[in-house]
Amino acid sequence: MTKPTLLMKRILPAVALTLGLLVAGQPAAQAAEGGAALMASGSGVGDQASLQRGAKLYFNYCVGCHSLKYMRYSRIADDLGLTEQQVMQNLNFTGAKFDDPVISHMPAEDATKWFGKEPPDLSLEVGAKTADWVYTYLNTFYLDPKSPIGWNNTTLQNASMPFPLWELQGQQTAVKKPGSDAVEKLELSHPGKLTPAQYQQATRDLVNFLEYVSEPAALQRHNYGIWVLLFLALFTLLAYLLKKEYWKDVH
Amino acid sequence: MANVFASIGDWVTERAPGLAPMYRKHMSEYYAPKNFNLWYYFGSLAMLVLVNQIVTGIFLTMNYNPSAAGAFDSVQYIMRDVEWGWLIRYMHSTGASLFFVVVFLHMFRGMMYGSYKKPRELVWLLGMLIFLVLMAEAFMGYVLPWGNMSFWGAKVIVSLFGTIPVIGNQLVEWIMGDFLPADATLNRFFALHVIALPIVLLLLVVLHLAALHEVGSNNPDGVDVKHGPKGNRWNPAAPTDGIPFHPYYTVKDLFGVGVFLIVAAFIIFFAPSFGGWFLEHDNSIAANNLLTPAEIKPVWYFTPFYAIVRMIPSFAGTAVWGVLAMFGAIVVLFLLPWFDRGQVKSVRYRGTGFKVALALFVIAFLSLGAVGAGLVAEAIPAWFGNVDVTAWENAFGRTMTLIYFGFFAFLWAYTHFGWEKTKPVPDRVTMHD
Repeated sequence: MTKPTLLMKRILPAVALTLGLLVAGQPAAQAAEGGAALMASGSGVGDQASLQRGAKLYFNYCVGCHSLKYMRYSRIADDLGLTEQQVMQNLNFTGAKFDDPVISHMPAEDATKWFGKEPPDLSLEVGAKTADWVYTYLNTFYLDPKSPIGWNNTTLQNASMPFPLWELQGQQTAVKKPGSDAVEKLELSHPGKLTPAQYQQATRDLVNFLEYVSEPAALQRHNYGIWVLLFLALFTLLAYLLKKEYWKDVH
Repeated sequence: MANVFASIGDWVTERAPGLAPMYRKHMSEYYAPKNFNLWYYFGSLAMLVLVNQIVTGIFLTMNYNPSAAGAFDSVQYIMRDVEWGWLIRYMHSTGASLFFVVVFLHMFRGMMYGSYKKPRELVWLLGMLIFLVLMAEAFMGYVLPWGNMSFWGAKVIVSLFGTIPVIGNQLVEWIMGDFLPADATLNRFFALHVIALPIVLLLLVVLHLAALHEVGSNNPDGVDVKHGPKGNRWNPAAPTDGIPFHPYYTVKDLFGVGVFLIVAAFIIFFAPSFGGWFLEHDNSIAANNLLTPAEIKPVWYFTPFYAIVRMIPSFAGTAVWGVLAMFGAIVVLFLLPWFDRGQVKSVRYRGTGFKVALALFVIAFLSLGAVGAGLVAEAIPAWFGNVDVTAWENAFGRTMTLIYFGFFAFLWAYTHFGWEKTKPVPDRVTMHD
């Protein structure tokens, strides 16, 4: 084989390093709108039990307002290892058919009247905002007497969403920086049904479920990917041996 | 059985006597230099990606709905309800980014080994035309999913034409068919993306290869094997240092394809959005003309050129200078064979000035990419604290723009006035065994 040139030795690694840094630098680029750093969700779609717990939370606390218009009940059953009966009894409270998408029953006009705007569809929320953002958002609600809905959020300031998980987390209050209105940190003033660690796990489950909803194909990707790579590794090895054999007589 | 094949072959040859000679000319009797290195994989890989884009594109077209009302939903339909739709879409979206990776490396190879120089100027010009059409093709394809970044990206890029004095505004309306990117825009971009530009692209690729095979391939030593000794095992008149493209380079490229596919498959199956670089977060939100993304920036492969637009200030009452500079950045690449008057092709035997200039050019190009992607604006406060970010970013970006264009000016002066001190070029290719 040819000896690597200076450019191959110096420039290729430099390019690879630059690309690596760009990719590694990306999570930092996704800071919260308020400027505060995001919490690490540690999310992933590999844990089926977590996805099931997340689905349960979603259908108990979120679906009243937020649709998942690109997600069908039947697909959730298939992907999360649930039977049709389990899904229809435990997750479907709207009388939708098994193959229907998940549509909230809240009338749009009422929602606009109550919250100022229609609660967004969450099918692609993790794709749009990242899992870390959603996780941080669910952990940074606090009581704010100045807000018309009584709640505020340090991740999305003046969010028009009341905090539906308060009975699980409890109530947080803001500790302001001295002489300023800026929030320094949040304190749990009234504990909820869950301990802080349990609540973080619950929101992680919920984020995992939403990450799955955002891209159900992720489950297939991971399953097939490893076999495709193994096949390609074998193919490349054979191609290399073939090349070597053909090139034996080139000097 | 062998008889059957032979008689089919005879039947075809009788009716199309030109086919077998064409195969010989371009494959079995195309004598390529035997010393190609790693940099010579990217041409064939670009062809592979082109085929991938066309085949996956055909399947996407079967399920995509090119209307402002239906486009975004139809992409989710492909991702969720179409059998293997997710794989086809990820192959297409990853392919688009990797297309630019291999094309950038392919072009850099040409610059490094002087492949644009006489007698290959036409090969270079056709290649540059391919690059230009590829950028138009990629831009229009990026608009089709009709996400919010598609919408705002289209608005910003098309608005660049609005800086042209007098006719600018009418031109923008004419391109979009509306006052904003809308149904009409999406329809025409779809037509251009799936049929008009791919046809042009294929034609240009055929011409690029035809022009190359007329003059023969360059190589890392930049010496012409056609001018070297004659006679090899296959043909007494062929260059001694040439080997038949098929089977030698077809099996070698097959190995390159394997390595490339491993990288591509890793991205497709484990990181298809590549941390928001190949598929951007804002494109998970449907196009919305009332919701401006926090930061509008083009996909990574356009960022160096986009940075040049942003770095050039407007003066004399018009902002057209930035747009002219951006197109100028591509025009100077077209003219590279005439800027560079040096007789020595390969960087291996060129003067130190060329090596330094080329390295600076690469640094400037990557830095402009970082400026265009907004990374520099993010890094400045992190590294230097509370400073005027815009002023610092402009100072950095303008320096890099100057280096980008300075490369071409330097190259002309360096070679025109005979300042370059080259090393002796060997008579024949060197195989580094």
